[in-house]
Amino acid sequence: MQIPIEYYLILSAIMFSTGVAGVLIRRNAIVVFMSVELMLNSANLTLVTFSSYLGNSIGQIFVFFVMAVAAAEAAVGLAIIIALFRNKLTVNIDEINIFKW
Amino acid sequence: MENSLLLTYLLLIPVAGSLILLFIKAGNEKLIKYFGLFVSTIVFLLSIYIYFNFDSDNSSFQFVHQFKWIETLNIHYKVGIDGMSMLLVVLTTFLTPLTLISSWSSVKKKVKEFTFFMLFLEVGMLGVFVSLDLFLFYIFWEAMLIPMYFIIGIWGGERRIYAAVKFFIYTMAGSLLMLVAIIWLAIHASNYLGVFTTDLEQLYEVAPLFDQSTQNYLFLAFGISFAIKVPLFPFHTWLPDAHVEAPTAGSVILAGVLLKMGTYGFLRYNLPLFPAASTHFASFISILAIIGIIYGALVAMVQTDMKKLVAYSSVAHLGFVILGIFALTPESVQGAIIQMINHGLSTGALFLLVGFIYERTHTREISYYGGIARIVPVYSFFLMVVSLSSVGLPGLNGFVGEFLILLGSFKSGVLNSWWYAGFAATGVILAAVYLLWMYKRVVFGKIVNPKIEDLTDLNKREVFVLVPIIIFIVWIGVYPSTFLNVSEKTTGKIIQQVQNPPKAELK
Amino acid sequence: MNGAFGSKIKNEKVIGIIGSGAIGLSFLVVVFAFFETLSLPAEQRTHIVDLFTWLKVGGLNVSIAYQVDQLSLVMALIVTGVGFVIHVYSIGYMHGDKAFWRFFAYLNLFIFAMMNLILADNFVLMFLGWEGVGLCSYLLIGFWYDKDFEKSTISAAGLKAFIVNRIGDVGFLLGMFLIYLVFNSLNFAEVFSRATTFHISEHIFTLIAIFLFIGATGKSAQIPLYVWLPDAMAGPTPVSALIHAATMVTAGVYMVARTSIIFASAPTAMMIVAVIGVFTAFFAATIGMVQNDIKKVLAYSTISQLGYMFLAMGAGAFSAGIFHVMTHAFFKALLFLGAGSVIHSMHEQQDIRHYGGLKKYMPITYGTFLVAAIAISGVPPLSGFFSKDEILWYSYTNIGFVFWLIGVITAVMTAFYMFRLQFLTFHGKSRFDEKKTHPHESPKVMTIPLIILAILAAIGGFIGIPALFSGEHGNLFHSWLEPVFKSAELKLSYFGSHSHFEEYLFMIISIIGAVAGILAAGYIYLRQPQVADRLSTRFKSIYRLLLNKYYVDEAYDATVVNPLVNTSKSFLWKIFDSKIIDGFINGVASWIGNLSSLIRKIQTGVVQSYALVMMIGILIALFWIIMSL
Repeated sequence: MQIPIEYYLILSAIMFSTGVAGVLIRRNAIVVFMSVELMLNSANLTLVTFSSYLGNSIGQIFVFFVMAVAAAEAAVGLAIIIALFRNKLTVNIDEINIFKW
Repeated sequence: MENSLLLTYLLLIPVAGSLILLFIKAGNEKLIKYFGLFVSTIVFLLSIYIYFNFDSDNSSFQFVHQFKWIETLNIHYKVGIDGMSMLLVVLTTFLTPLTLISSWSSVKKKVKEFTFFMLFLEVGMLGVFVSLDLFLFYIFWEAMLIPMYFIIGIWGGERRIYAAVKFFIYTMAGSLLMLVAIIWLAIHASNYLGVFTTDLEQLYEVAPLFDQSTQNYLFLAFGISFAIKVPLFPFHTWLPDAHVEAPTAGSVILAGVLLKMGTYGFLRYNLPLFPAASTHFASFISILAIIGIIYGALVAMVQTDMKKLVAYSSVAHLGFVILGIFALTPESVQGAIIQMINHGLSTGALFLLVGFIYERTHTREISYYGGIARIVPVYSFFLMVVSLSSVGLPGLNGFVGEFLILLGSFKSGVLNSWWYAGFAATGVILAAVYLLWMYKRVVFGKIVNPKIEDLTDLNKREVFVLVPIIIFIVWIGVYPSTFLNVSEKTTGKIIQQVQNPPKAELK
Repeated sequence: MNGAFGSKIKNEKVIGIIGSGAIGLSFLVVVFAFFETLSLPAEQRTHIVDLFTWLKVGGLNVSIAYQVDQLSLVMALIVTGVGFVIHVYSIGYMHGDKAFWRFFAYLNLFIFAMMNLILADNFVLMFLGWEGVGLCSYLLIGFWYDKDFEKSTISAAGLKAFIVNRIGDVGFLLGMFLIYLVFNSLNFAEVFSRATTFHISEHIFTLIAIFLFIGATGKSAQIPLYVWLPDAMAGPTPVSALIHAATMVTAGVYMVARTSIIFASAPTAMMIVAVIGVFTAFFAATIGMVQNDIKKVLAYSTISQLGYMFLAMGAGAFSAGIFHVMTHAFFKALLFLGAGSVIHSMHEQQDIRHYGGLKKYMPITYGTFLVAAIAISGVPPLSGFFSKDEILWYSYTNIGFVFWLIGVITAVMTAFYMFRLQFLTFHGKSRFDEKKTHPHESPKVMTIPLIILAILAAIGGFIGIPALFSGEHGNLFHSWLEPVFKSAELKLSYFGSHSHFEEYLFMIISIIGAVAGILAAGYIYLRQPQVADRLSTRFKSIYRLLLNKYYVDEAYDATVVNPLVNTSKSFLWKIFDSKIIDGFINGVASWIGNLSSLIRKIQTGVVQSYALVMMIGILIALFWIIMSL
């Protein structure tokens, strides 16, 4: 018996909201990145679900795109955090407000 | 239509000159100064050539040069000249070289940039006076704000940044309103013409057909921008600051030419395009003008800074011009045009004189002076002639303008009352009061300040700058017909356009 | 005729000759023109010379054109003749002054302007001359610009003259505008002919006349614009003689005479002119009686005599008024020049209380001054008698007894103060230290002009002998000027013929009055000087009132000048302009600034707040999409 589609979608939504909450609430920049990865993966899950349930493979191919972009973004993002850390000696994003008016 | 390139040359030469100037190395001050003078003199000679080839009996625009510029919007590059703008163009090209010469001693740093800005400014001013396309006009109008801002802001006095910013934003706020109005006007006119256009001559045919309330709004939108420039009371407060803080050369050009752009705008745009609105607002604006005359004079009277005094006197003088414009009789409009030229000459000369003495003592406070007549007689003589011209003594230029304006306003059918001229005439008394009182305090009387003894009289260069202006002051005073004839047909045409506008055909 | 008014500015020392020579030459030209015109029959005596078109705009067509007719010839003769004499005198008076050349340049410029005024054939050119003489008067009064004068400076006096004149000029301008509006021209010939042919209501004429008259009061120092004249005494004495006795101040009288047709068409205005004239005459004479500065006495005397001239104008006796202009030019210039002679030799001392007994030091000055004093008092057969008497007679016949009466009383006062001056200055004991100041007679270059003027003052009256005496010749002066005033006099129809007996009677009364005045002055100041002191203490308040010129200057200052200046300074500038208008602008600017400071708080620089805002935006967008499905 197939698992109903709603379960996957709800799981995806929960993952996504967790990710959003993490981005908005956590102070540590690395944790924020982890939450962003979480959001991306929830999007991946949704794509795979629909691809499987609709029988269309486009969704799965798109997942590859997303994963590639996520990897690239993680690499660049972590590099920025390291550069920031070298300057400010902190990864607490509350304290990184150079762009404040 | 004739496609004469002369006017475009008139505009291009200073542009070319200023660009070439940028390539001269900054250290070469003498070359820069002479080159700037050379360029502006060429422009002046060209304008004189155009003047002599100008046909005074023809009331339409001459030397027109037109080509398509922005195809999709049907915006043309169109320049042309008629009687009134002819006089103003010559005034501009006449004052610019004189101003440059006078600045040789007062502008010491960044001479290259200064000359560049002056030439740039000249292009802007000339463009405003010759453009016959609304869009082009707007571009030039805005274009001359930029160099003026820099001139005041870099080479000015103590509060120069404040004054420059105030000048810039104040004027720009008005012009933005004008931009909206231009676009609106063009769109609305396209309903009549079938095609969107900003060509002035075509709009002349169409705009008077608009209904009264449309005309009123458009008139106000254009008018506020011009009123700020004139300056008309109560939009005048940028003027004292801008004048006082600007360097001498800047003040001369500001007073001599830039202020005329506002009155020119009224005559060229507001009156012929919106005749119904013009007659509607005539009395209101005349009242503002008269308040400006009297108020400007009274405030000028109590100033302690010479330059501020002359600045407020500009408010008073241009009040006369506005009164003349809106009285809408041939005498008063001719008087207004001539007074524009007169004011450029007299007030320009006044600023030059104040500047000369400021260079020597670095103060403009009247109380610092007193009794300088014996020490600098040549200066006192020039100051007296120019003050009298400003006061409106018959025989000098000021009288011709003021008399014609007052006479015209008195018999004006649009204003329909003697009180306007009556009140304005009291401005004549007040002008004598503040100018001659200043003259007395500065030139006559006992010497109260021992440092005055060190004053040196005008040197040859300064006299050279003043003499041509004085010649014109006397010439216009004694034989104004030379100039009145040039603008006569234009005046007639403008009045005609206001009083007999094209009427809508009844369908 | 056109060569009569060149003026050049020079700076050599031979200037005196050039300056006076120019005027002398002009005088000769005028005399020549006079004789030439004399040979023409009366109707053809107007000759117009058009130089070039000055202002041609709309319906206005004004040329620089000059008109020579009887009236302008008379005035021109006076101006150039007396002017020439004064120029010569000035060579002596201004001797040693380092700005010698400037003085003569200004004087010549003045004559130029005055000639323009007199010879103009239209209102605008006349106005040019009008303002021109105002300018020269400003320059000449303030000539010694770095000296003090009473409570302020000399240049302040010059400024006052110009400003007060300007106030009058506004009246002139308004009159001109009204004339243009009504008659569509500013040319004398056109306006005057239209004045008789057009149908214009009397109100308009009255209005025009009143405006023009305001201008005249400014220039000719009548109430209420006379206050500049006494202060104008700050200038060098030849200036006072030329400008404020003989020529400039008579410009107003000339203007009224020239526009006589307009005034004649407005009886109300004529009455106003007469009332102000006679009142000013009386008023000024009362002040003149107690002044202690020799020039001030003469200044108030001038104002008073000008009042007589306007009285004549208001009474319709235009040629009588001009006649008085001429005789007044003679004796007043003489008085001033004589005063100058005295001041010069007394080393700039002008207070008559420090004079006395000068007749033995300065016999020529004494003699000529006496002649002038007799002339101005109206004692026959000197010129002043004829002109003043004619005015008094016409004011009786044309207006009323009261005017005549006030005129006669003023004449008595005139005689009184004139001889007070004469006696205090020249007779009696010397009230100064004779060893310190050595008064001496003036050099010939100054005394000869005095003598010339004295002769003119003595015999000049015979031109205008009333018909009473000369029988069939009639009044020569009157008939010379008649064509000019003909149309005016036609409009004024005066009824009632008066008998010769009445004329004789009034004449005799005025002579008696004059002699009485002289004797009273002689009694008080020669015999019993303590009477003067007693009178002044008995009537102390009146005395002080008169001495301080009725505090008019102070009143003007308090009501007009100071409020204007203070209001402008404190209110208009500091509050209104700076705070309200400018404040509004700056307020807008700061308002925008505040708004921006508020808005820029959004830029926190913290990434998470940006993310939050993004999230909220997405949610809103989602909701919107879902809702619209």
